[in-house]
Amino acid sequence: MPQFVLLWTDVAIWLLVIALLAYGGYLRRQPQLASTWAKVFRQPSAMASSVVLAACLLLTLADSLHFRAALPPVAGGGDSAPATAPAFDARVQSALDWLLSDLVESREATYSQPLATHAFTKESLEVDGQVQRVAPRLVHGGGHLDDPATQWARDVSRRAAAGLAQGLAIGALLCGALALTLVARGTAPARETLSDLLHGHTPTPWRTAAATLLVLCAGGGVVAGLMSHYHVFGTDVTGNDVLYQTLKSIRTAFVIGTLATLATLPLAVVLGIVAGYFKGWADEAIQYLYTVLSSIPNILLIAACVLMVQVFLDKHPELFETGVERADLKLFLLCAVLGLTGWAGLCRLLRAETLKLRELEYVQAAQAFGVSHTRIMLRHIFPNVAHLMLIVTVLEFSALILYEAVLSYVGVGVDPSMNSFGGMINFSRNEMSRDPVVWWPFAAAFCFMVTLVLAANLFADGVQDAFDPRARALRPRRRKLMAGR
Amino acid sequence: MLQIDGLQVELDADAGLVRAIDGLRLSLQRGETFALVGESGCGKSMTALALTRLLPDSGRVAAGSVKLDDTELLDLPETAMRAVRGGRIGMIFQEPGTSLNPVLRVGEQIVEAIETHTALRGAAARAKAIDWLRRVGIPEPERRIDEYPFRMSGGQKQRVMIAMTLAAEPDYLIADEPTTALDVTIQAQILDLLRDLQRERHMGLLLITHDLAVVSGMAQRVALMYAGQIVEMADADTFFARPSHPYAQALLRALPDAARRGEALAAIPGTVPPLTQHFTGCRFAPRCAQAHSACTAAPPELLPLEAGQHVRCVLFAPGAAPRDEAAERQAARSQTPWAVLTRAETVQTDADSGALTAQPLLQVQGLCVRFPLRKGFLQRAAGYFEAVAGVDFDLPRGQTLALVGESGCGKTTTGKAIVQLLRGVAQVSGRALLDGQDLFGLQGASLQAARRRVQIIFQDPFASLNPRMRVAALLDEGLAALQPDLHRDERRGRIEAMTDRVGLRRDALDRYPHAFSGGQRQRIAIARALAVQPELIVCDEPTSALDVSVQAQILNLLRELQTDLGVSLLFITHNIGVVAYVAHRVAVMQAGTIVEQGDAAEVLGQPAQTYTRQLLASVPRLHPLVTG
Repeated sequence: MPQFVLLWTDVAIWLLVIALLAYGGYLRRQPQLASTWAKVFRQPSAMASSVVLAACLLLTLADSLHFRAALPPVAGGGDSAPATAPAFDARVQSALDWLLSDLVESREATYSQPLATHAFTKESLEVDGQVQRVAPRLVHGGGHLDDPATQWARDVSRRAAAGLAQGLAIGALLCGALALTLVARGTAPARETLSDLLHGHTPTPWRTAAATLLVLCAGGGVVAGLMSHYHVFGTDVTGNDVLYQTLKSIRTAFVIGTLATLATLPLAVVLGIVAGYFKGWADEAIQYLYTVLSSIPNILLIAACVLMVQVFLDKHPELFETGVERADLKLFLLCAVLGLTGWAGLCRLLRAETLKLRELEYVQAAQAFGVSHTRIMLRHIFPNVAHLMLIVTVLEFSALILYEAVLSYVGVGVDPSMNSFGGMINFSRNEMSRDPVVWWPFAAAFCFMVTLVLAANLFADGVQDAFDPRARALRPRRRKLMAGR
Repeated sequence: MLQIDGLQVELDADAGLVRAIDGLRLSLQRGETFALVGESGCGKSMTALALTRLLPDSGRVAAGSVKLDDTELLDLPETAMRAVRGGRIGMIFQEPGTSLNPVLRVGEQIVEAIETHTALRGAAARAKAIDWLRRVGIPEPERRIDEYPFRMSGGQKQRVMIAMTLAAEPDYLIADEPTTALDVTIQAQILDLLRDLQRERHMGLLLITHDLAVVSGMAQRVALMYAGQIVEMADADTFFARPSHPYAQALLRALPDAARRGEALAAIPGTVPPLTQHFTGCRFAPRCAQAHSACTAAPPELLPLEAGQHVRCVLFAPGAAPRDEAAERQAARSQTPWAVLTRAETVQTDADSGALTAQPLLQVQGLCVRFPLRKGFLQRAAGYFEAVAGVDFDLPRGQTLALVGESGCGKTTTGKAIVQLLRGVAQVSGRALLDGQDLFGLQGASLQAARRRVQIIFQDPFASLNPRMRVAALLDEGLAALQPDLHRDERRGRIEAMTDRVGLRRDALDRYPHAFSGGQRQRIAIARALAVQPELIVCDEPTSALDVSVQAQILNLLRELQTDLGVSLLFITHNIGVVAYVAHRVAVMQAGTIVEQGDAAEVLGQPAQTYTRQLLASVPRLHPLVTG
């Protein structure tokens, strides 16, 4: 039985999932809100990106179950040490690490190109009695091949095809399950529902969702088929698999994106609404506060905070059992710092909206009833600015993922031992400037990050369209009208 | 001649395909004023947009033709259409504030129109612009031509808008609610101006409005629209003297005025049907007092009667019941026993309150409200704006006092001050005695107690209900705050009783405000105020955002509540017809002071002050034939 380790960010992530599920339950009782959310998913781009985001979320969740594996009892020492507490591995693993243990184990000596069988750098080796500069064979990458020169191409294509077939099969199964659910829930006959689905005539673009799912599964299948015997995205300077690093970076990005945004909310919402509602000196004070805050260069402020945290963590090594815990606390505190420094924008927006709302007649009607200020802010103001909060939150999500990359690049981001897109890009500073160029870690980080951020942005666009009445009014609807005249 | 034939306009909305206009047909000749009248959402503004091809992106013309002389406008390329817009067909919109570009001088905008559509250039165009400003009655046009729109009042902006439109010398002018945003005295001036210019330039004027009274002084021909169709089209005289369609008759009867005092207004039950549905019969049938089986069988056609009158109603179809009989039936219905009963009751309450006038419910003495103009560091008050400058009035128990005046005269501020909504916002001095107790001096528990007795109903039913709260929670809020000792079940019971009282169904309680129409929302707002059983309700323009037929429903409800519950109403309005109908006493306000007050009949019948006389003279009135 392994020992489960609950890291700070794990707690936050799982609480978030619970909150998300609770919100889902709440939506069932709020038909108006539920229909607005349905509008989000009615846009094909938002639907497709939500599938991508859901896949990333799954990865994140798998990467947020941490444990320390139990070590096998030391042979021979069994009778001298009487039934002591079982010993645990010093490394903290996540469920994702366990699933990808092959990748973790398959370390090479140093750089190797994607799908390579030989290392990227040459070494002096004794070949046929002579010392030559050759690229040595990789231990794991194509290690099963006897003659890479002739077998490599066939082996790669065979494995890729097998993986693709498996991926497509799984994708088809998932799409089939989706179709069955739709048929079971719909009122129309099955044939009609299926034909609508195939032709993309459903109001919610399920066909887009299915297509995205298939593409994801196909891509995942190819990678999975190859990754057991090759380094799909190559290896980095210390011979670690780049694919593994990118997959691990997704969690870091997700954690930063969600936690840091959520951390901005309490200050932004409370101060924004208080400033807008009370006006007068409270408004003045809060305005000065955020004006001053936004005049300080953000990087400077964050760097100062992060360095202070760093010093604290370095001085108290006894607080952590493992390095992962330390790195995780640093990530958590980074999110808090980002939250504490980044609330000015949302605060300004909420203040302006509250200034408008407080003059509305339903607020005055509540005042005429002698309802207390706190209650008016809670029941009349907050629910009516909540959509702004939501829109800003989803927009900030992608902005913060990008911001993390910048911070790590500057060197004040997450712990160097933690995988992150920013860290990878920081490393590739040297790799990209050498000759021949080592491009694959950078390319992998780039592609994954762009995919994630693009999905988040498209989703945010959808949310904004559905929740912001002005955005909807300004964007012409392009639904086909009946032909005529 | 501008000729519209078989026009169908469709709008793609969230709720589905809205057939905003269905088979519209009308023609407008030069030198003629044609009024298109109807309640909100009947498609009258869409008509204007469709014939200038300015429909919103979600809308399109599905069928029909719009002919200007011999040109088919719907087939013109956009470049040619631009010359028609402004050049041959001018348009004036409702909101003068947003029709003018705020960063351009007035003159630049007029000159732009002149240079686009006429041969004049440079100094000549400017001279022409000054000439036009003079003709629309802007004083000192040579100086004011270089001013920005924000320096002008609403009425002046509308004049500039008219000057700009007419400077292009169009043959036809479309005026979409040109005076709705303006005060009544300004409205009279603008209408006079439009009438004079139309005659002088021999234009065809398409006047689009919801106000029947505006039409009666302006138009030669009238078309009444309902749910996307014209239901009656006739000469103005015929229309107002002998309205034929049941909807036209009902609409004219629903207008409040002094002659109908004490009796229930003939409100039209229900609301306008949503235009997403497919109609199989007459669209007005569900609300029509004269509906019978033939009405739902097939959609009626617009049929010609004698004297150029067209009516869309089966009662006038060939072979229908003779017309006189129909009219009699309708007359019998309008005189329900209930109306007679309430009239008797009103007399009774009048007598009662007469005995009580010795001790008015509310006495306002020397009320002044000053708003601080804040400036500089920490928003210190740099000066004051005096919105209300010494107002005195008494409001007897169980009666209605109407506070009348134009926008900005301080009537709403007075109301809000009495409901204690200006605490901390403005400086209030003077006294408002509720049963001898000064409202402004109250604090804490006694203030809460007073809040129970004084409540308010607002103008805009769409802004006065929190869209995120269910109706039950909305109604419960006041009770929970002001009578926390009441048990939940008791509160629920009272809320349900209130819902019945204002004529809503109980299942309304579990829905959100967006599910209701304007009139229903106003009923919810009234129920919310009534739930705490107040003795005084300040009604701040409660019907000005509503259509005439719905306004009548709400006025009836308020009158009924007053007779049944003896509640006093402080009725703030600018609508003289409503005042004449509901008020026992009238106070006329101008620039923060009351210029005249007294019994309604006295003030409205023999006004003593010049301002009151001017105000009353500006009110557009229906043709005298109608009131009989």
